[in-house]
Amino acid sequence: MTPLDYEFLRKLLKDRSGLDLSADKQYLVESRLLPLARRANLPGIPELVQKMKSGGDQLTTQVVEAMTTNETFFFRDKIPFDHLREGILPALIQARASRRSLRIWSAACSTGQEPYSIAMCLREYGAALAGWRIEIVATDLSQEVLEKSKAGLYSQFEVQRGLPIQLLVKYFTQLGELWQLSADIRGMVQHRQLNLLHDFSHLGKFDVIFCRNVLIYFDQDTKAQIFERMAKVMEPDGTLLLGAAESVVGITDAFRPNQERRGLYQINPVRSPRGGAALLPGLKVVAAR
Amino acid sequence: MRTCLVVDDSSVIRKVARRILEGLDFQIVEAEDGEQALEICKRGLPDAVLLDWNMPVMDGYEFLGNLRRMPGGDAPKVVFCTTENDVAHIARALHAGANEYIMKPFDKDIVTAKFQEVGLI
Repeated sequence: MTPLDYEFLRKLLKDRSGLDLSADKQYLVESRLLPLARRANLPGIPELVQKMKSGGDQLTTQVVEAMTTNETFFFRDKIPFDHLREGILPALIQARASRRSLRIWSAACSTGQEPYSIAMCLREYGAALAGWRIEIVATDLSQEVLEKSKAGLYSQFEVQRGLPIQLLVKYFTQLGELWQLSADIRGMVQHRQLNLLHDFSHLGKFDVIFCRNVLIYFDQDTKAQIFERMAKVMEPDGTLLLGAAESVVGITDAFRPNQERRGLYQINPVRSPRGGAALLPGLKVVAAR
Repeated sequence: MRTCLVVDDSSVIRKVARRILEGLDFQIVEAEDGEQALEICKRGLPDAVLLDWNMPVMDGYEFLGNLRRMPGGDAPKVVFCTTENDVAHIARALHAGANEYIMKPFDKDIVTAKFQEVGLI
């Protein structure tokens, strides 16, 4: 791959998916795109780039999907789901007692383990949520992973990474080598293809947003503008959950960290008068745009 | 350091499990069947048991019943680790007092996830 080819791919991936590849990630691009080139009967990445430049839209979509990381598992990191059960849901059940509805967004849901973990958590809540209108919206950039998520079919390896055995027995049916989630749990999740770089105001307002381990791949400016737009689709008392290595601190003041529960963020009611970012160190560039 | 009793008639499986669990800071004791495992438990209860189902002399299911009837035998966390990969076997194991269940083949991620699930890590 020539430096020019790499630059073309870096720019394309940044524009299409927000993926911010540093200059030393050629090996990653090669390892993920060489199999794709071979499937397209092309000898290598230079030819792949050439075909994309000459209008291979479908190929371009495949390149973007191949470069996204879809690592996920049920109840990933465990603690966020403990927070959901023990902190977020009890508070929301009180706060929404009159309207009896909840909306949760799993942004970048990959193959479905996150939204289905949320759905099982809610189902396990039992009587306290009986009769409530529950919407779990699962979005991802990749249509391929969304299709897998919709099917709710998982390998023996996948159901053993994070899923308690009692929940496997309760909510899954064995289909040969695979395990399928019950229609009830699958029916709690709505799937939609969505690029986080694009407008998502049409999704409506959410009580909880899971956006875990996806923004780490974006640059600071992109993260800041996604946080700003997420704040606009969040109920004033809603909660944002980020990955264990992620934070809003130093990126935006649209959200503020929950003091009691690490990894949880609330809408910041006291924003700076200039729209939030200008008073935070390192955010002058964002504010000026 | 916490102890884990690895019970499996396959020396290869015991070796693989030992390597994974020692990496998770467990001290390992090995047994080839349920009867040997029970003798070890009579001398001192481990914190955890990684337990195969099908073994000569005494199988894992029978061992679990005997363990849970021993004084203090409800304390060790028991994680089945077996090729019996169907719902009926899993349900029987849970009913008999197993805390978690690993379907072979397994890897480090699965063992780690299951031991985390039962609070051993």
